[in-house]
Amino acid sequence: MAREVKIYTTPTCPYCKMAKKFLDDNGVKYQELDIGKDKTAREEMKTKYNSLTVPTICFDSEVLVGFNEAELRKKLGL
Amino acid sequence: MYELIIIGGGPAGMTAAVYAARKKLNTLLLSYDIGGQGLTTWLVENYMGYQFIEGRELMQKFDEQVKQFPTDVKVEVSRRAERLSRVDGGFEVRADSGETYQAKAVILATGKRPRQLNVPGEKELLGRGVTYCAICDGPLFADVKVAVIGGGNSALEAVDDMVKIADHVYLVSLTPLTGDQILIDKAKSANNLTIFLEYEVLEINGESRVEGIKIRDLQSKQEKELDVGGVFVEIGLIPNSDLVKELVTLNRLAEVEVNCGNETGAPGFFAAGDVTSVPDKQIVIAAGEGAKAALQAHRYLQRLSK
Repeated sequence: MAREVKIYTTPTCPYCKMAKKFLDDNGVKYQELDIGKDKTAREEMKTKYNSLTVPTICFDSEVLVGFNEAELRKKLGL
Repeated sequence: MYELIIIGGGPAGMTAAVYAARKKLNTLLLSYDIGGQGLTTWLVENYMGYQFIEGRELMQKFDEQVKQFPTDVKVEVSRRAERLSRVDGGFEVRADSGETYQAKAVILATGKRPRQLNVPGEKELLGRGVTYCAICDGPLFADVKVAVIGGGNSALEAVDDMVKIADHVYLVSLTPLTGDQILIDKAKSANNLTIFLEYEVLEINGESRVEGIKIRDLQSKQEKELDVGGVFVEIGLIPNSDLVKELVTLNRLAEVEVNCGNETGAPGFFAAGDVTSVPDKQIVIAAGEGAKAALQAHRYLQRLSK
């Protein structure tokens, strides 16, 4: 079953763009939350996932901080 | 055995790969990522042929150009070279995945990485308030007090970004500010900035997130605690040369010493780009150096086969 993927980003972050491109290229659907604009998402990322860096990528209950292609492949079973 | 292994997939490594392919060298490009430091450059305005282009987009174009030669260049991504040793007839590279690869010649093009402070708390709180990418994480620290560490252009650029976002910014530098005057003037005009010059960072504190830093005046030895929720480390770059420190000579900056033909002291082992002693670290220079290294490696391989 496809996992629900959420990605917290900022508009200027190059690693966020790399992560999104990877997800797009692999046909993974995701929800993007721009924490530069969305204050609620920013607080959610800080409190729920205890992360202060982007990209923070969430799969159901698991979370991956930063863009690491190998780890991302593993989590998505690609 | 390959004829050539290129370690590193930034501008130098990818250009070397294209030149190697055009010489029909059986080549392996081994890299952790494709694009290297080129990926973290926001806008490039000095790579000829483009008035401006995003670093990431330029690196994609490099990658496409490498992929034009699928039969000559094999690309292995997500592999970090862990060990390089001499073997009979050439070199052996061991990757972090455990695989080993052998080649008659090697080009090292591993670039540089952000320098770390090496103080307690830095590693533990990475991604929890400690960051090396101000343009990535800046917006997270809206209305929080932050510290920027460093005195060069990248530190001053981070200050310029953060004074607009954060509640207050402390700039902590070991030395007088060394960045461009235009950036210094711009930073100093902010009214929510406090500058500590000739101060060192002793530790970064916090349980699950950064809560503060301890700094010390180099002259008076007096210590100060600053309450901050974020620490932006912008103290320059160091070469990724650990892999070869026993094989070749490094200069005092730990860069690989090369001559004008990209040769090192070890026959068959070449280096190109930011990891080398060549002055000025620029995408256009790294690309040119990668081309030179591949042509020189080709000459070396021709001599070997005679």
